[in-house]
Amino acid sequence: MPVDAVTTAPALTVQGVSKRFGELQAVRDVSFEVAAGELLAVIGPNGAGKTTLLSILAGILPADGGSVAQPEGTTERIGWVPQQTAIYGKLTVAQNLRLFAKLEGVADPDATVARMLDQTGLAERAGDELGKLSGGNRQRVNIAVGLLADPPVLLLDEPSGALDPRQRERLWGFITALTERGTAVIFCTHDIAEAERHGQRILVLADGELLFNGTAAELKAASQAGERDLEQAFVSFLRDRGH
Amino acid sequence: MRWMLLKDLQILRRSKLLVGLLIVYPVAIALLIGFALSSGPDKPRLAYFDQIPAGETTIKLGGDELDVRAYTDGLFDAVDRIDVDSRAQALEAVRSGEALAGLIIPPDFVRKLSNGGLSSAEVEVVYNGDALKQSFVRSTVTSNLARADAALARQISTVASGYIDIVGEGGKINVLGLQFDLLGLRESKTLLDSAIEQSDSPSLTRKLVPVRDFAALGVSNIDRFKDVLNTVERPVRVSETVLEGRRTPLDTFAVALAVTVSLMFVCVLLASGLLALEREENTFSRLARGLVPGGRLLAGKVVLAAGCAFVVTLVMLLGISAFVPLDYGRAALWIVALAVSAVAFGTLGVAIGSLAREVRAASLLALMLALPLAFLALVPSGGVSPLLYDVIRVISAAFPFKPSLDAIDAAVNDASPNLALSLAHLAALTVVFGAAARFGLRRFA
Repeated sequence: MPVDAVTTAPALTVQGVSKRFGELQAVRDVSFEVAAGELLAVIGPNGAGKTTLLSILAGILPADGGSVAQPEGTTERIGWVPQQTAIYGKLTVAQNLRLFAKLEGVADPDATVARMLDQTGLAERAGDELGKLSGGNRQRVNIAVGLLADPPVLLLDEPSGALDPRQRERLWGFITALTERGTAVIFCTHDIAEAERHGQRILVLADGELLFNGTAAELKAASQAGERDLEQAFVSFLRDRGH
Repeated sequence: MRWMLLKDLQILRRSKLLVGLLIVYPVAIALLIGFALSSGPDKPRLAYFDQIPAGETTIKLGGDELDVRAYTDGLFDAVDRIDVDSRAQALEAVRSGEALAGLIIPPDFVRKLSNGGLSSAEVEVVYNGDALKQSFVRSTVTSNLARADAALARQISTVASGYIDIVGEGGKINVLGLQFDLLGLRESKTLLDSAIEQSDSPSLTRKLVPVRDFAALGVSNIDRFKDVLNTVERPVRVSETVLEGRRTPLDTFAVALAVTVSLMFVCVLLASGLLALEREENTFSRLARGLVPGGRLLAGKVVLAAGCAFVVTLVMLLGISAFVPLDYGRAALWIVALAVSAVAFGTLGVAIGSLAREVRAASLLALMLALPLAFLALVPSGGVSPLLYDVIRVISAAFPFKPSLDAIDAAVNDASPNLALSLAHLAALTVVFGAAARFGLRRFA
């Protein structure tokens, strides 16, 4: 499946990325681009290589081959929000934000922390230990940490998995606001409806291979069964290709 | 690294139970070890039933009398004696646990001692308790019996030596209460020389000459008989030679041991736990994006763990010095030895932590490794077979406990091997375990 050209300048260009764990080829020759302000969903069955791909893009795992490039002159790191909350349970909300703001090297850590507390609606819980917060609030802090450095590209691994519907709604409102400010967001999810609702473009990964790169409507059209439901179209699409 | 250190301190401040355990547990272990090593074993309690009739406690050797009480009292130098009035009471005291063993002196003990070796005098020892207690009591009683035997042999030897003098030089001898004048070999020879000179009878001279020669032989060898007696009395004398450096007294060695054990526990548990915490909290993936390079992350954990352990053990050393005299003039060496050892243990800790995904797993792994290492490092060279000892030496040399113990012992007690050698060994281990931790961090990220 050829990579669709994006209409605006790419915020991130991924070219021929591969990763192998022993005998397992987790990611094979994946290439795509994401534009500034674009919301890109990555879907695929379990073990498709979604988290591995995002880990490579985040710089956590080195790729065996290929490249991940930001536009020339970009100095900001790619923002990273892992699936499980990656913050210190014994520190308060504010201490976690301040620590990561300092590690990210932001110019004014205190102002940034105040801004993130305000944006996430956690200002009143700033002095609470993370371990005493609900799962939803911890996830909000988790996402806030990923946004501290105001990254041009934000990677979210299953961002709404631990959230109830109201928190999920609030999260997507927050993410949409980010894209409106020009942040490119790539998220992976098992929830096909969420991908259809929020993803402007969808990547389908299976066994580490990029099988599809296009809109939800194009994915439905690509399914030979001509399914009208994206989830059914997705399953048919994978079955048609032997997955 | 500064922010990560600050963060770890904030986490430790909120983990009061963990910090308390990390400090109290090793210090308690260390004090127990120190106390056990520096205080001798308690005297075992022995039930004692003496059946020797009153007034029959002496044996007569010629004209001399030996008091057997001096012999039996020698048995109680290293035991706590409980006097009982019958064999049954002695058995009951042992059975009830009041005494670990019973010692029963039979009524014929003195008679058998004085019967000229026709039959040996015997004492009866009754044991109870588990195998360990029995072994301890048996070795205590046996060694005291051997000492008392030696004391008795010395007294008998002194008496026998007096008889030999009388045989050689002449004098009075008491046999069955009657005093006799004994001529002695020297005087006999003089008389025989004179008789041979004055004799006109060749046949008499021929008969007297062998007797005179026998007397002359006796006189010239009389001192050798005494040497033989001395040898029988004390066949083996001990001459001590220390091959390597200075010996460390047991109590000050116990100080070095207690400090090293504490240093190891605090450092290894803290460093491994702090690193494993990054995995348990999933924060390692954030940090690994280049926010904190792996080497700096490891260094931070080592510095914090080593710093905490250094403070704990230095305070501990100063506290112990109130009870065991230590040379404050060597305090600078204590600091160097503690600091280098702490860094080596901290590096071992992060190597362990790099393998674990949870703090509990890291702590368990650290304990499972640390305890056997401490025991192995204390195995004496003659305690196991030479091959096994060589294996133990190699294992001990591959981890920081033994060189740390050597370094701290050298710093505190001026013991061998010298401090510089141990510090170089620790520096090499720090490099090796640092590399292992880097590898583990990459491999298990």
